[in-house]
Amino acid sequence: MKNLLTIGFLIYCYTFNFAQNNIKTDTLLPIKMQEVIIIGKKAQLFEKQTKVLTTLDDYLQKSAKVGMIKRGAYAWEPTLNSMSTERTLITIDGMRIFGACTDKMDPITSYVEVSNLSEATVCSGQEGSCFGNTIGGSIDLKRNNTVFGAKNWNFNINSGFETNNKQKIIGSSIQYQDSLFYFDTDFMLRDAENYKAGKHQEILFSQFKKVNFSSTSGFKIDKNKHIEASLIYDKATNVGYPALPMDVSIAEAIITSLKYEYSPLNKKINHWETKLYYNTIMHKMDDTKRPFVPIHMDMPGWSKTFGFYSKLNFKQNQHHFLLNINSFYNTSLAEMTMYPANPNENPMFMLTWPDVLTAYHGAFLEDSYFLNCHSNVKFSASLGNHANTVQSTFGLNSLQIFYPNMTAKSNRVLKSFAGNYNYFKNHIQFGFGVAYGERAPSVTEAYGFYLFNSFENYDNIGNPNLKNESSFEGNFFFEFKKEKIALQLNSSYFHIANYIVGKPNPALVPMTIGATGVKIYSALDYATIFNVSLQTEYKFSKYVKSNIQLVYSRGKDFMNINLPFISPIRYSTSILYTKNRFLSELSIQGNTKQVHFGAIYGEDKTPDYALLHANVGYKFTMPQAKVILKLGVENLLDAYYSTYSDWNNVPRQGRNCYINTVFSF
Amino acid sequence: MKLFIKNLFAILIVAILFTSCSKDNETETPVVNELDGLIKFKELSNSTHVVELYSTTGATVQGYNEISLRIKDKANNQYITNATVTWLPIMHMTMMSHSCPKSEVKKVSPSGTLYNGYIMFQMPQNATEYWDLKIDYTIDGTSYSVTSVIDVPASPKRTVNTFTGSDGVKYLVAYVSPRNPKVAINDLVVGVWKMQDMMNFPVVDGYTLKIDPRMPSMGNHSSPNNVHATQSAVGNLYTGKLSLTMTGYWKINLQLAKPDGTIVKGEEITDVVTSSSIYFEVEF
Repeated sequence: MKNLLTIGFLIYCYTFNFAQNNIKTDTLLPIKMQEVIIIGKKAQLFEKQTKVLTTLDDYLQKSAKVGMIKRGAYAWEPTLNSMSTERTLITIDGMRIFGACTDKMDPITSYVEVSNLSEATVCSGQEGSCFGNTIGGSIDLKRNNTVFGAKNWNFNINSGFETNNKQKIIGSSIQYQDSLFYFDTDFMLRDAENYKAGKHQEILFSQFKKVNFSSTSGFKIDKNKHIEASLIYDKATNVGYPALPMDVSIAEAIITSLKYEYSPLNKKINHWETKLYYNTIMHKMDDTKRPFVPIHMDMPGWSKTFGFYSKLNFKQNQHHFLLNINSFYNTSLAEMTMYPANPNENPMFMLTWPDVLTAYHGAFLEDSYFLNCHSNVKFSASLGNHANTVQSTFGLNSLQIFYPNMTAKSNRVLKSFAGNYNYFKNHIQFGFGVAYGERAPSVTEAYGFYLFNSFENYDNIGNPNLKNESSFEGNFFFEFKKEKIALQLNSSYFHIANYIVGKPNPALVPMTIGATGVKIYSALDYATIFNVSLQTEYKFSKYVKSNIQLVYSRGKDFMNINLPFISPIRYSTSILYTKNRFLSELSIQGNTKQVHFGAIYGEDKTPDYALLHANVGYKFTMPQAKVILKLGVENLLDAYYSTYSDWNNVPRQGRNCYINTVFSF
Repeated sequence: MKLFIKNLFAILIVAILFTSCSKDNETETPVVNELDGLIKFKELSNSTHVVELYSTTGATVQGYNEISLRIKDKANNQYITNATVTWLPIMHMTMMSHSCPKSEVKKVSPSGTLYNGYIMFQMPQNATEYWDLKIDYTIDGTSYSVTSVIDVPASPKRTVNTFTGSDGVKYLVAYVSPRNPKVAINDLVVGVWKMQDMMNFPVVDGYTLKIDPRMPSMGNHSSPNNVHATQSAVGNLYTGKLSLTMTGYWKINLQLAKPDGTIVKGEEITDVVTSSSIYFEVEF
């Protein structure tokens, strides 16, 4: 009898859960793990931004997980959970793209514009391994998502001006949709002169100019399938990098893709998209505009990537699966030519990236399982094969100077696993997870040849014998939300084995004039990185709300030596007043003193700073058109400062007044 | 039926395999061209024979020269395969004459017609001073001789160092190879001789020629993993490893060390001493 009752109860539970899940899954899943940063230029969301035409870097920086390493006014290098390019995965709509600069002056984010994108999805740690291997996490930049619908045209004209660096911004977009076809095209131009740090100090070689064009068009083939073609062309010219000994004469990217999408395919498979993509990047560093250089040099680089992915969302009972099969082929080639003072002497030439082919084939599977209506567990795993081939004999010979037994090919198998538990009920949500992930060394880490790092002041040589870096990760979040108050605590801890860093080799003599020495990439036993962030929002009234963000990170190696580019306590707080079409905001943002600096990596103590920003916005509505006007001042008190993440302590922008207007009809 | 097809298929495969095998055998007959990679740069002639001189570059130049030769019988235009050859290069200076380091002349292959050896011209010709080469050869017990002027222009880069060591001995050090250096670890070959008298320049045995390649145009940086040149056997040229990390102009600074380690010539490169008194130059 008792058993019968139990069974009956179980059946009841089951049906109950099932019903609950059906309801749940039809809406968005309340799984709070990834963070979405809204970038889109499109109407409503866009209007809420304080500085609509700011750079993508600025948008990303709003995330508590994202930091920015700055080498100048342009192309900041995003860090995620205090980890930079090699340990993170940045994709554009799932496409793998690799920068063509050996000095990381062209992160992927520098080849897109805010006008190309609708949002950025920031995933922490192995949550972000859907499109490839990562340690720190991933940022997927999502293109504008136009949909089929009633016939409609939409035009936008954007313009902006910033006083500090006389930056002129002009852009336009045209969007069309009907029930069978859509296209979305936009153009943006930025032209900036040198910026001034606080106290009117001009920072030489901080100018830049950027032109960006993008186009997306889709055709509906059938009720549930459509095809989409997309193109981004981006060209930056005359870009100064005040923190580096070299500038960039041109950086050009062509990013193309073709997507085939079913949604839904059938009852089980609610989404299936397959994308084929190709992108090519050319990046030319030179120092011809610098007045005093020991020797003039050119450092061009090329990166080409061809790939595909096929992503499938399907469900089976309470399981929600996500399967992604992906492949890419990338070739990275970079040269360095130095011109001796004596014009009769031959130029000095070397391959700094020896035309390395990286072929990756992998699969990722995620299963989100609803335990009941208040909780779910999520498991994911990925397996990939990562093969490198040094295609240039010249390059292979060069590296064999250091590694006589090195062969052109190497192969690695990369794995990752993750498990999460999430609970959500009423006002409370929390979750925790553990994960394991691996990554292969980057082209620079494995095959770089005399790459000068001006921060550490060392020449760096790659090491093809490096082991995979592997990370054990634990994460936790807690969120509380009520009408007036919202509070979110996020924390992650990484234990990274075979942590790859450059290690000085006193036996080697640097090639770069003035360099301290030569570092060979090698692995530390392990390093640990801990991040915690707290974000709160409080609504004082219908019109007034306030935000506070607090972030703390700590990174050190197995000998307790500090890692570089780890943020001290950083905070920002703002008070926002919105009423009808008017919006105003006052914000304070700052860092405490950075005491845990990585001296062996060239870091020094960075003093604390605090900045005050203010802005107002107003939306004018006319019968046929709409104008958004934003005015603001950044660094109102004209503070002279630099942060822990400023390359060679180059000071940041002083007081800057800006105006952004968006005219749409 | 099925079996029949299977068998047919097997026979077909075997047939294909065999045919391809026999074809392979046919094409395997080796055609060795003795003169592969060699360019004739001089013909020396006497009443009976023409001596043809070859080198890889089609010229001779100040420094180390590998020279090949063939002797053609004027009577029947046949090349002699059984000659015994010696040679003697002489520099005719205004006040005196002297020879230079040279090897014996040996047959390249027993059945071939080619003879070869090296001559290291330590100085170039000029308007009034010149080199000539006397070749003596014996065929079937009969001795012949032929002499001619040889063109030895100055080397554009420094490939020879002639100096008197701290031990009072006059040494000659010459760069042999790599002829076409690469950005790589190159196999380095150099020669070390001493001047015994005006006509005899024997190989110096058991020394070490220390190398330190530098780029004077770029902060005088060096390169890693070089190996000093040493001899593998008495009488041989010296071999080492020359690491060049980029193209351009390299100065290979030298120090010549005796078996006991005493430096007879050359200085170690330091912050103040940027160049040794003996060096080679390479540019590519």
